[in-house]
Formats: sequence, C-alpha cells, structure tokens
Amino acid sequence: MKIGKQTLKLESTPKILETSAAVGPKESDGPLGIYFDIKCSDVFYGEKTFEKAESKYMKAAIDNLLYKLNLQNDNIDYIFAGDLLNQCIASGYCIRDLNIPFFGLYGACSTFVESIILSSLFINAGYGTKVIASASSHFCSAERQFRMPLEHGNQKPPTAQSTVTGCGAALLVPHTFEKKVPVVTYVTPGKIVDMGIKDMNNMGAAMAPAAFDTIITHLKDTERKPEYYDAIITGDLGVEGTDILIDLCKDYGVDISKVHRDCGKEIYDLTKRDMNAGGSGCACMASVFSGYFYQELKEKRLNRVLIVATGALMSPISIGQGESIPSIAHAAAIENEV
Amino acid sequence: MENDKIKMTVKEYSEYVESKSAKSPIIKNIFLAFISGGLICVIGQIITNLCINYGIESKDAIIISTISLIFLGAFLTAVNLYSKIGKYAGAGSVVPITGFSNSIVAPAIEYKSEGFVLGLGANMFKIAGPVLVYGILTSVIVGFVYWLMLLVR
Repeated sequence: MKIGKQTLKLESTPKILETSAAVGPKESDGPLGIYFDIKCSDVFYGEKTFEKAESKYMKAAIDNLLYKLNLQNDNIDYIFAGDLLNQCIASGYCIRDLNIPFFGLYGACSTFVESIILSSLFINAGYGTKVIASASSHFCSAERQFRMPLEHGNQKPPTAQSTVTGCGAALLVPHTFEKKVPVVTYVTPGKIVDMGIKDMNNMGAAMAPAAFDTIITHLKDTERKPEYYDAIITGDLGVEGTDILIDLCKDYGVDISKVHRDCGKEIYDLTKRDMNAGGSGCACMASVFSGYFYQELKEKRLNRVLIVATGALMSPISIGQGESIPSIAHAAAIENEV
Repeated sequence: MENDKIKMTVKEYSEYVESKSAKSPIIKNIFLAFISGGLICVIGQIITNLCINYGIESKDAIIISTISLIFLGAFLTAVNLYSKIGKYAGAGSVVPITGFSNSIVAPAIEYKSEGFVLGLGANMFKIAGPVLVYGILTSVIVGFVYWLMLLVR
C-alpha cells in the first residue's frame, strides 16, 4: 500500500531468510573481512577476464546462498540482479547457467536495494515464494569501463572512491516461513536528484543529495524519527558524501549523525593508501549488508535499520558530453519483529 | 535541476562541495613529481653519457637512451610496477617518455581480452592518441610559422 509521497508499506512483511556475500582480496583484508562468506584472494577468480571473474563472484554468492538453505536452483521463482557493466553482462552471464527467471536491473550503485525492493514487492504480492535479490561489482572491470586502464600510472584525488569487488545476495520469502528472521516493512523508491556535480572523482558529493531526498521522504512518509532506527545505512557515499548528507539533513532540521553509517567508509581501512574516500559500487552495499549488517540484525545487535543505496546514473559518454551526474537513492526498512 | 528540499542552487551547492572536499596535497605532489621526473631524466642522461663514453656518437647515444627509457617504461608497466610508481610520482612519471610508453602498453594489456585486432589494436592508442594528434598538429603549426619567419627575413 502506498503511504505518503513515495513509500510503500509491505502489509505482509516479507522475510529475508538468508544472505550470502562473496568478496575479493582487498575487501577480505578490510575491517569487515571476517563477516563475508566467501573470500577469494584472486581478482581473476581463476578466470581469464575481469568480466568473467565478476560473474563468478556473483555465481559464488548465489550458489552459497542456496547451499546454506539446502535449496536447488529450481526452487527459486525469480531473481532480481544487476551490476555496473554495460548491458549488465556480469549478471547476465552468471544467471545464464542458473535456469532461474531473471530481471536485470541497472541502478548503478543503488542496484542492491532496488533488487531488495522489487523482490519484496513480488513476495508481498504473492507472485512467488522464493525470490533472490543480488548485485555485483568488480574493481578491475569498473575501472576499465569508467576510468583508465589498471596499469596506467596516474594519481587519484582524495575524493575518489574504490569500487568494491564482490557480490551480495539475499533470499526473500513470505512471512509464513517459520524461521525468525529480519523482515522488510517499508520501501521507498527514490527520485533522481541532480545538483550539477560533474566530477567523476567526487561521486559522494553527486549522490549525497539523492540520499538526503530519499531519507527525508521516507521519514516523512512513515512519520518516523531518525532515532527510530538503530542505523541508517547508506551504500557508498564515502567520507565526503557522508559529511554532505549529514549537513544537508541538519540544514533541513533532521539530525541523523547519531545513527548514520556508510558501507563505503566501513569496508576498507581508510588510512591505507589508495582507499581515498572509501568503497563504492553495487557490491559495496550488497556485500556489507549481506555479510555484516544482516548478521548484526540476526543476532539482535541491531533491530531496525534503513538501508539506503545511492547510485550515480552517468556513463563515460554522458560525462564526455559535459553532462552532470544524475543520482538516485532507494531505501528499504528492515526490522526484527518483536 | 534544483531539489525542493535543498535550499541551495546548483551553483551554491558546487561551491559548498568545493569547500567540503579534501584537496589533493599539491605541494607534496609537485615535490614528488619534481624528484621522480628528474630522476628519470638523470637515468636517461646516465645512459647517454655511458654510450658516449664507449665511443658512440652523441646523436646516436641520445637515440639509444630514448629507446632504453621507452623499453624501461614498457617493462615496468608489464610487471605492474609503473602504476604503483605513478601513484606517488604523479606527473613526474607521466610526462617523461617512460610515461608515454606506459600509456600505450597499459591499454594494450587491458584490451587484449577483446582480441588482438579490435581489442588490443584498436585501443592501444586510447590514451596516447590525443597526445600524438595534438603533438603533431602543434609541430606542424610551429614549423609553418618558422617557415613564414624565414620568408620574411
């Protein structure tokens, strides 16, 4: 049911039955390393190209998800997935082998929450009983598509972010499932916000206004205060983006600084060289939520979280043509039932 | 393009972001670029002097030095060291001829996965291409001006 301007209330509160995260070497070495299911020290994952490697990270995450629940591919009704590559080839080639009906999504780095939203809506409407939401990204495949060849010796400004290598996957089921697990209560699909930022090395600043817009709209629509949540988790705003988001909220009269957390800031040890402003990419929210925050929810260290994944919807072509970066943020409220 | 909830115009926002964003450490970068770029030039000079020492004519010695530096740049790129040097050296390792070599070898390695013709061949000059185009164009213009000056004199 739609409430307020943009938010949907999920009456039948779909459950997130299980999650699974696969990550690359840099993420495994990071502060959250112990929380990820699959840690591969090889960026190629035994494949010949980075694109194939990305598909394999996704395959590993999904296979592990099914294995954890002792399910087969044909038990799954639908899968919503996406990635950063042109035509979403990482997801396409991964899911080619799975034999599961597939919806390919592109929301840039917001894809994971977009997948969660659509999967939970499918479950809520009764269109399926087991739906997978997933998203992946890969540092090397993203660098070559959006920036410079890896071997090129160049410097990055401190506002630049580093794409996370990995994949996160979650299985959503109807509320009738007996297991006590976190549920999705509200979802707020975002609007595109563009404040005119053109610098591809400052995505945090481009995406923060979108996160702000969605968070404020969500809080208004649900008539909740920021303190209602144990954490408002953004995907990959990084250091600058986080500051900007908190400032924008303050200017609007809402203080989220006590509950705000950012996956991009937490996934890497930011004191190391080259980490700059933190992690980014679809896998940033996907792997950190699937690996870390889902555990925290399950073990009741957190009980109510709002996940807000932000995406920058530009391409090297639009940037080359002098366009600014349109950004989007999708939010989903995930809570433990009392 | 403005947002109804944000009390800033696009221009104000970009100024605000500018004030908020961490700046590149320019002085440090310039210093490192100066040292590393200078170091590459010193290596070149050493090779040239060595050649001259062994009785090679200075014109040929310069060519040998250039070729050696190109090879060095390509080799360090291939063993994935040049990008690591570049993170510290910045312009210091981009501007010398080793950087030019790096800018050709890097895409060549990267695009090999799309085949030798349409991958490697088509993308090899992706970064160096503009340098070549405008470098040659500039030299033509300068040459033309020089020729005009000779005519006038």
